[in-house]
Amino acid sequence: MCRDCGCSVPDHTHPAPADSHTVEVLSNLMEANDHAAGHNREHFNRTGTLVINLMSSPGSGKTQLLEHTARALKDRFEIAVIEGDMETENDAERLRKQGVRAHQIATGTACHLDAHLVHKALHDFPLEANGRKTDILFIENVGNLVCPASFDLGQHLDVVLLSTTEGDDKPAKYPVMFRAADLVVISKADLLPYMDGFSVERAEQSLRGLGVETPMLSAAAGREVDVEDWIAWLEQQLTAHRQKVEEKPASAA
Amino acid sequence: MHELSVCQALLAQVRATANANQASSVGRITVRLGPLSGVEPDLLAQAFSIARNGPLTAEASLHIDTQPIRIRCRDCGNENEASPNRLLCQACDSYRVDLLSGDELLLAQVELHGVNRHPIN
Repeated sequence: MCRDCGCSVPDHTHPAPADSHTVEVLSNLMEANDHAAGHNREHFNRTGTLVINLMSSPGSGKTQLLEHTARALKDRFEIAVIEGDMETENDAERLRKQGVRAHQIATGTACHLDAHLVHKALHDFPLEANGRKTDILFIENVGNLVCPASFDLGQHLDVVLLSTTEGDDKPAKYPVMFRAADLVVISKADLLPYMDGFSVERAEQSLRGLGVETPMLSAAAGREVDVEDWIAWLEQQLTAHRQKVEEKPASAA
Repeated sequence: MHELSVCQALLAQVRATANANQASSVGRITVRLGPLSGVEPDLLAQAFSIARNGPLTAEASLHIDTQPIRIRCRDCGNENEASPNRLLCQACDSYRVDLLSGDELLLAQVELHGVNRHPIN
């Protein structure tokens, strides 16, 4: 296939007409999305909300982890969740049962959330409700280790889950996604004794191979629950975020 | 397959540039793409062959300029090329590295046809 025009004629050229000019542009292809993401971020910073974008393959336990996060934090903090799935309201329902506010975005055929979708959701889902400002907003992205990595939503932090029922070389297979992470959570850690193929050390090696110092922690949110390190990390991030917003209120972090 | 979304964003930028210059059509579009951008060159080219149909760009062609991945070691200062899932310093094996290039996703150049005055960006 001709790389210039996509036609099937090999080795042909496309001479430029006399009245043609080439313009240097050098703009990011994601400019429109990034612009909308910037607006979202300003909006989040007005209420001092820490926003965390949760990404992973389908079925690695994002919603389960959020259910236990809601349980652990809802008495001390105002928690809200935006759920991204191609179809159904199921995940938002699960979170509401835990007593937190949740909004579902059904993306239809889209394999990722983008900044515009989140912006639209925020119109129906205010960050200040019943006189209380949201402390942490989780955005649970569409289960997919490829596409969500390319779209800034306006979040402050990206968390990527890698469950013990997956391959421990996932970081090497999906470098763009794992390089974007501010934290990697090894989920379903309670299943480790049964998963011969998964080693936390190998997962860490695979992650370090991407040239990143991203911290890693383990969590379990199934029959056995251990979310202590995860909750501690969240509280640390919330404190750090609030300091940043206080120092630089207009365009924080 | 998010390349179609990326391609639509690309064409929106190209058409805005063409309109700003009152061009009658668009020729060659050059995009700079790094392996760590999250966009596959072949899928982008495929998406382009569908998405270009529309005002100004129906005859446009896409040229993808692939950028190498280059890293600098924060421990020893060495610079080397790297592959997408092995971004380690080749001198000291450290993973404490900075990415110098390889995650570009840029619209670099647009060739405009039917422009009578000096073009603007």
